[in-house]
This record gives sequence, C-alpha cells and structure tokens, in this order.
Amino acid sequence: MYRNLTIRQKQIVWAWAFLALPVLFYGVIRFYPTGNAILISFQNWNLLGDRTWAGLENYQKLWNDPVFWKVFANTFLYLLIGTPISLILSFVIAYHLDKLRFMHGFLRMLYFLPFMTSAVAMAWVWRWFYQGVPIGLFNNLLASVGISQIEFLNSTTNALPAVLAPAVWAGLGFQVIIFMAGLRAIPTSYYEAAKIDGVGWWTVLTQITLPLLRPTIVFIVVFSSIGFLRIFDHVFNMTTNNPGGPLNATKPLVLMIYDTAFNGFDMGYAAAQTVVLFTILLIVSLIQLRLLRSD
Amino acid sequence: MKTHLKGFALAGLTSAAALFANAASAVEIEYWQYFFDARVEAMEQLIENFEAANPDITVTMTHFPYADYRTKVAAAIPAGEGPDVVQLFYGWLNDYVEAELIQPLPADTFPAAKIDEEFFPMVQAMKDGDAYWALPTAVRSLALFYNERLFEEAGIDGPPATLDELMETAAALTKTDSAGNITQVGITAGMTAQDHHWFREGLVRQFGGEPYTDDYQTVNYNTEAGIAALEFYTNMFMGENPVTAIGFMDEPQAAFKAGRAGMHIDGSFRIGSLDNTRGLKWGVAELPATADGVQSNYSSYWVNAVTTKAEGEKYDAAVKFMEYITSDEAMQIWLDVVGELPAKPSVGMTEANANDEIFGPFIRGLSYANTTKFANESAQRQLLVEMVERMQLEGMSAADSIAIAAQAEQALLDEYYAD
Repeated sequence: MYRNLTIRQKQIVWAWAFLALPVLFYGVIRFYPTGNAILISFQNWNLLGDRTWAGLENYQKLWNDPVFWKVFANTFLYLLIGTPISLILSFVIAYHLDKLRFMHGFLRMLYFLPFMTSAVAMAWVWRWFYQGVPIGLFNNLLASVGISQIEFLNSTTNALPAVLAPAVWAGLGFQVIIFMAGLRAIPTSYYEAAKIDGVGWWTVLTQITLPLLRPTIVFIVVFSSIGFLRIFDHVFNMTTNNPGGPLNATKPLVLMIYDTAFNGFDMGYAAAQTVVLFTILLIVSLIQLRLLRSD
Repeated sequence: MKTHLKGFALAGLTSAAALFANAASAVEIEYWQYFFDARVEAMEQLIENFEAANPDITVTMTHFPYADYRTKVAAAIPAGEGPDVVQLFYGWLNDYVEAELIQPLPADTFPAAKIDEEFFPMVQAMKDGDAYWALPTAVRSLALFYNERLFEEAGIDGPPATLDELMETAAALTKTDSAGNITQVGITAGMTAQDHHWFREGLVRQFGGEPYTDDYQTVNYNTEAGIAALEFYTNMFMGENPVTAIGFMDEPQAAFKAGRAGMHIDGSFRIGSLDNTRGLKWGVAELPATADGVQSNYSSYWVNAVTTKAEGEKYDAAVKFMEYITSDEAMQIWLDVVGELPAKPSVGMTEANANDEIFGPFIRGLSYANTTKFANESAQRQLLVEMVERMQLEGMSAADSIAIAAQAEQALLDEYYAD
C-alpha cells in the first residue's frame, strides 16, 4: 500500500505522522475546551448539578449588566494606556541603550530583571509601596517632606493607573530586548549614507530608524495588546481583598470571569464572558495581522 | 494443557472471591475535607479513635486545597468515586442537596427533635422538614480582640462592654502624626474582613432591625435601623475624629498583628495565627452590646454529610462515623486541636470552656448568634464593601447607599432562589 504512493504522497503521510501528536494534543487541550466553553455559554451550570439550556439568557444578562460595561471599559483602558506608554518607554530605552557601550550588558540585565520576576511577588511588593503611612513607601516619602497623602489603591481614579504601572514595568524588559534586536537588524549602510548626506539625528530617526522598525513595532503592539487585554495577576494580587475594587475601578474582564466562575459558580455566565473576551482578542489580532501583512 | 489452563483460571477466580470476601468483612469508607493543617490533624485523631471503637470499619481521609474542593467533589460523586462522608460549608447545602450529592441523615439515629434540643440553634439551618441533611462538629463566632499592651499604655482598664464605650476606647487608642495621618488605629475596619458579618448580624440587629426576613430570602436592612447601623459603622472612619481607616496597613488582621491596632473584630479561627505572633499580648472580649444591653453575633460553620454514593454497608458505616464526629468527645477534641467551638451547648457551655479566657467570649457569643444563609457569600460581601465605598469615595449618603446595596442583594437572592 505505502509502496504504491508517490514521493509527494509519502511526504504527506510522514508529515501527518509527525504532526499527529501535536494535533491530538491541541485538539484535546485547546479546541475541545474552547468548543465546550462556547456550548456552556448557552447553558446554566453551577458545577454541581445538571447543565440546563438557557438559550441567549447569559448574553442578555451580560448586555444588561452595568458591571460588565464598566469592566469592558476598564479592559480597554488597560490596553489604551498600557500599550502606548510601554511602547514609547521601551523604544526610548532601547534607542539610548543601543548607543551606550559603558556597562551595556549590566544595564540591559537590570531592565530585563522585572520580566523574569514572578508577577505575584511583584504585585504584592507594589501593593505595599502604595499603602498609606505608616507602611507605604511612597506615602512615607511624601509625609517626610510634608506633602499630604495620596490614596493610590483606595481611589476610583488613581487605582487603575496605579495597578497598571507595575504591569508596564514588568513587560518593559522584554520589549527593550526586542527593540534592540530590531535596531541592530537595520543595515548600517543606510546610516552611513545619511551621514554622507549630512542629515540631522531627527531625520535619521524618522526617515530611517522608525520606518525600518515597523515589523518590530507591529509585533510589540500585538504582543503587548494581547497581554493588557488579558491582564489579571497584577490586578488580582494588588486588590485580593476587594478584587477589582474599589467600586470595580480596576476590574478587568478576566477577573470578572474568574469571579463569576469560581466564587459565584455561575459557569454559564462566566463562559459567555469568556466568549466575548475571545471575540475581542480575535478581532484585535486579526486587525493587527492585517497590518503586518500589508508590509 | 487446556485443563491446566482451566484449573488456573478457576484457582484465580476463587482466590479473587476470597479477597473480595475479606474486603467485605472490613468496610472501608472515604472522608473528604479541604486542607487546613489543624483540621487534618484533628480528623486524624478522630478517625483513630473511631477505628479503635469500630475495628471492622476503616476510614480513609483525603484532603485538597480549598480552591479545588468543590470541583473535585462535584466531579467525583456522580461518577461513583469520592467520599462517603463529605465536609462542606453550611452555605453550600442548597447546592449539594439540589445536585443530589448528599442524602438526609436517617431519622432514627439523628432524630430532628433531639438535635434541635442538643445543638446550638443556628444548626437548624441544616434541617428540612423532619430530617437533618448535615451536622457540624464545630462552629465559629465573632469576638473583639484587643491589644493588652496598647490598653495599658493608654491607661484603659479593660475591653469596652458597650458600643459607646467602644468608640471612646478606640478614640483613646488612636495615634496620629503631626500632619494628622493615622499611625495607629483604635479599632480596625474593613467590610472585606469580618466586618460585613458584624454589620449584618451584629449592628443591624442591635440597632433594632432584622437584616433579612422570609428565611433569608428577603433583604430587610434598608430600614432606619440599618441606616443607623451603617452610620455608626462609617462614623468610625468618616467622622470628625476618625478612630480607624479603611485599608490601614493593608489588612485589618495585619494591623492588629503588628501591634498598630488597639482592637480588632474577628472570628475564632484567628486565634491560632495570633497565638504564634511573637511580642503580641492580646485578650478577647464579647462583641460590645448596646446601651440597653442588646447583644448579637454571627456564627458560621462547616458541616459533614453522608453522600449519595454511600449505599448498603458503607451507608451504615458512614452513619456510624457521622454519629461519632458529632459526639461530645469529638467536639472537645476539635476545640483542643483546631480551636473551633463545639456545636453543642453541652460541650461548649461546660464550666471550663465557657469561662476559658480565650474561647469563653466566643462560646458565650454563640448563644445569641445568628447564621446568615448566603446565596453567594463573596458577592454578598462585595455589595457591602461597595456600599461603604460609595459613601467614602463618592460622598453618597448612608440612606442612598444602603438602598442600592439592598436592591442589588435582593436581585441576587431572587435569582438564586428562582430555580
């Protein structure tokens, strides 16, 4: 049987033989649960009893839930504040670090260190930084120079940026490394040509460096937007007693899903939220992939 | 050759049958609970005692991290695996009954009338008609922890007995820096900890209200009493001279442990961790009463129940085991090892226990305690957290904020009891 196949067909057979394991793995670990989650979103289930059909009930509930819209807005705030800030910061750092020779490796390590640190540990340390006197680092500093206290976490306006700051900081190291790789990949001949023509640094930056960094920038934007849309561990650990608080000011979609599923045991409603998150991620990724392809 | 094989097969079968016969004479039942060091240790002692008294029964205990507990129980029992006797939080009873995971206790061994008489009254939440679904070994209640060193330093003789005294004492214990920032609180506060229980079953009742009616299916704290209770509570940190701050040192129990809080309301389960805190000298008192002497407390508990998986002789063994772990002896062991309070007055109210310096105030609190029947405890707590936040962060009035909380909680209860 196998003997009679053409070389091309044999190649296909072998390819599938090797692919069988990952395909099976993905089928069982990824695609089956995804399909199941979509199914559960049309049902009511409290983990203990039978699943009963609910039709679109969970989605209607979601649409009419003011908390969901608040959370939806928060999720995009994380994305819209977090992505540009981390992009600009990491580019500025990478741009200057690239020109620096003195202690280059050491500095690069310092920037990369937070990326390797556990998010849980980092979130708790920052949570304590943000406390009021007598234990909070920032507020103690303020108090020692006679400035009044700032409520970082116990405030509906300051809490979200306060939670976002360590998340941006944690991701910075990775983005700096990617940017530096991108900078190194730009052929030096362009810069030499620019030098011969005698153009200034601003023109070099905007006409050579940035346009040639486009694939890198798109990659980092895609990567960090997905990260900010899925933000959970920083928020959860910095607000454990009042998850996503105060008054849902910091609650992202993933935290709402977790809360609905594992505190409320309302799996159907949680699955509906998951499907919405999945759709958002899908749309964002498709748009960004399109941008990549137009290259 | 063929006959040989047949012989082998036959021998194999008979020996297998013999093995089964052996297994049948010694019944093995499984017990599940969530993992908490002291609870596991106490249960090990109970199992040892039980097996010594019933040599034909073996009890195997399995424990899980709390986070996985419900999922594992739910998956195992319908599959015919898992526990014969299971531990669950009292608030989950409805869900377990509806999912047919547990069966009622037999009325001949556990007659409802006898249990009504013998156990603290809040256990009656586990009763449906003439049958009890589950019974606790131990219960928990709230009390006022106080820091003896700070009391001495401020020249206060003893813990406050009334709510007015509580405010005075707290004011005397509060310290601020030159800029007016609080550096030591008189009493800790935070609905995220145990204060939401203190508010529901303590303050609201003490101010003359009833937090819920209709067997905890109707919210009833949006009343004058409820508003007065909320104003008393928020006055502690929003008044002219605040004696506490929400989120002070991150968590109430952390502030108390660090010796930066004069008083702290918490459950009996906190005793163990405070005991291990070096340099902290603390005492316990009953929750403060009103000026007229009205007292009220909150209690909660974990119960044990026989699952639907237990049948035949396993069922009989499970019932026997349930009988033992709800006995006076078991309760005393649980108190000594875990520090949780006995569920029967006959054990709790013994001279030694009720007058115990540490357990006493908790045990005495049980006699006037109520148990909230939660539909979703964390969501219901969150509503009270937000009730206070709306006042503190958005400047809403107590009356408006409590109305929003009551409405939201009613919606939650309605949805839960709808099906």
